Amino acid sequence: MLDINNLHVDLEDEDKSILKGVDLKVGAGEVHAVMGPNGSGKSTLSYVLSGREGYEVTEGSATLEGADILDMDPEERAAAGLFLAFQYPVEIPGVGNMTFMRTALNAQRKARGEEEMSASDFLKLVREKAKTLKMDPDMLKRPINVGFSGGEKKRNEILQMAVLEPKMCILDETDSGLDVDAMKLVAEGVNALRGKDRSFLVITHYQRLLNHIVPDVVHIMANGRIIKSGGPELALEVEEQGYEDIKAEVA
Amino acid sequence: MAVPQAKYDATEARLAQMQRPAGAGWAEAARDAALARVREMGLPHRRDEYWKFTRPDTLVQPEVPEAALFDADEPEMFGTFDRLKIVFVDGVFDAEASDDLSLEGVEIERLAEVTRTDIHWARDHYGVLEARGQAPVARPLAALNTGMAGDGVVLRVTGKVSKPINLVYHHRATTSEAVLHHLVKLEEGAALTLLENGPAAARFNNVMEVEVADGANFQHIRTQGRDHERRAATHIFGRLGQESVFKSFTMTANGVLTRNECVLEFTGDDAVAHVAGAAMGDGDFHHDDTVFVTHDAERCESRQVFKKVLRNGATGVFQGKILVKAGAQKTDGYQISQSLLLDENSDFYAKPELEIYADDVACSHGSTSGAIDEEALFYLRARGIPRETATDLLTLAFLAEAVEEIEDADLRAEIVERLEGWLTRRRG
Repeated sequence: MLDINNLHVDLEDEDKSILKGVDLKVGAGEVHAVMGPNGSGKSTLSYVLSGREGYEVTEGSATLEGADILDMDPEERAAAGLFLAFQYPVEIPGVGNMTFMRTALNAQRKARGEEEMSASDFLKLVREKAKTLKMDPDMLKRPINVGFSGGEKKRNEILQMAVLEPKMCILDETDSGLDVDAMKLVAEGVNALRGKDRSFLVITHYQRLLNHIVPDVVHIMANGRIIKSGGPELALEVEEQGYEDIKAEVA
Repeated sequence: MAVPQAKYDATEARLAQMQRPAGAGWAEAARDAALARVREMGLPHRRDEYWKFTRPDTLVQPEVPEAALFDADEPEMFGTFDRLKIVFVDGVFDAEASDDLSLEGVEIERLAEVTRTDIHWARDHYGVLEARGQAPVARPLAALNTGMAGDGVVLRVTGKVSKPINLVYHHRATTSEAVLHHLVKLEEGAALTLLENGPAAARFNNVMEVEVADGANFQHIRTQGRDHERRAATHIFGRLGQESVFKSFTMTANGVLTRNECVLEFTGDDAVAHVAGAAMGDGDFHHDDTVFVTHDAERCESRQVFKKVLRNGATGVFQGKILVKAGAQKTDGYQISQSLLLDENSDFYAKPELEIYADDVACSHGSTSGAIDEEALFYLRARGIPRETATDLLTLAFLAEAVEEIEDADLRAEIVERLEGWLTRRRG
């Protein structure tokens, strides 16, 4: 599904390298977690993959089902099936949540040469998905994320994921700012989307989210590289020992 | 104070070029008085403080600058609405294209007729609000209009009018000049929606005087046509009685020169006035909103919401003032003017002013100018929305606060559709 090879990334404005040779393969239907201390490059990885401006790829490659995504615009990556659940979902006053999701879905369908979805079918789809995420229907009518609580914003991200049905989902610190109940709701939403054709890359600082979204593989990232990979037990190791010990262990 | 020589010359040159309509005694007197005001003030000059950001030259000079005609290939504005149409072509009333001027709850007449009638209610109103609006800031183009306008509509609204009256302005000759003066009087408890659309002429001078009596409700929605080369100077003078409502929204897309002035005065307590505008321009577009709201009554609410989208070197101007007189306690005044600059070549000039002589009021104003929010743009694109569509969505979102000022949902939808059309046409 997602294939990252020796990826090197610099910050465009400063002469600073953030990713220093990341290798990562996520197979179809797999859930991988990337854990790491602050500043390790986790979020940069998610931004570079989704096409945010300000980063320069100096070496390496990233492909989604064999297609080079680094050359694509963000909207092309989305249409190709990539989805980033933002750590800080953006508030956009004046653009209705429904209008936004429908425009996005139909833009993706159009880009893939598929038929657009009618307004009534779309409404049905969104209502059903929102219900399973226990979202107040009123949130659908409001402007994107405006006046949403932290938990509501994250649930709105998962709703978009459910509506857009991407192949490769990247969750960037989706647990940050969530209380336990909100985290459970979000995790349930994600788990409901797990399937043999959909893969996940769950980026997180803490292990606790991984109790709810159990990964197949856990990677530890430090200083712009993946320094250790293993099964779910690796996440528990981090929880007990902290990152410093693991860094020392592999050094 | 004597008018400087250059200004005097320019004023006399313009007056000599214009043809003054004939009329009944009272109209003659009103026009004499208005032209005396013009001569006393002199027509606007680019060194006038009030015209600091907008060059008035082409509005003042005797020759009308040529304006190419624009053939719109889209559905007629407000075409799907049940309305009473009154059509002016290059400033001349077109009886054939207009509907029958009879509608329950309103007396509809034309200025050309009433100014020839000796006894008419209009004699006590024509030019009155315009003259009041000349202090503390001179608005000579409005006085010129009162002095020279040969036609316009004269509406006396006595009930709640069931459908909107739509003034439709066509532009058919490349150097035409239209000078129209409308008089609207809403009696106690009356209600009217007035629509205006179209470019009117190569050069348009429009004045509307609106008396809103106690408990009356006036809704005004205007679009200024698609012609780009036309020039327009418009004035709305409104006076609000107790518990009355006045709402005016203007959409402007295109136009090398537009100056829209709105002068409102609260004279009765507990009244509400909202003035809003959404303007979008490209290239040599120049759009100026100049608003002056005077609170001279208690517990009145005024809102000014003006949004401008500027690209490829377009210019936007906002001059807005809230004057709260001593005794106008509990005034709620709000003013916001914002521009969205889609590139680095476009300019926005804003001059927000508050002048307050009462001690128990809530007044606020804000003015911003900025580019498309990159964070928001990336968020939309990351969901699969192409850059251009995402930019349009954010542009419409920026204009939304002004458009929201339109009370009627159908009319609001009509305006949003036109805004979307403008954006779509500008895609590469």
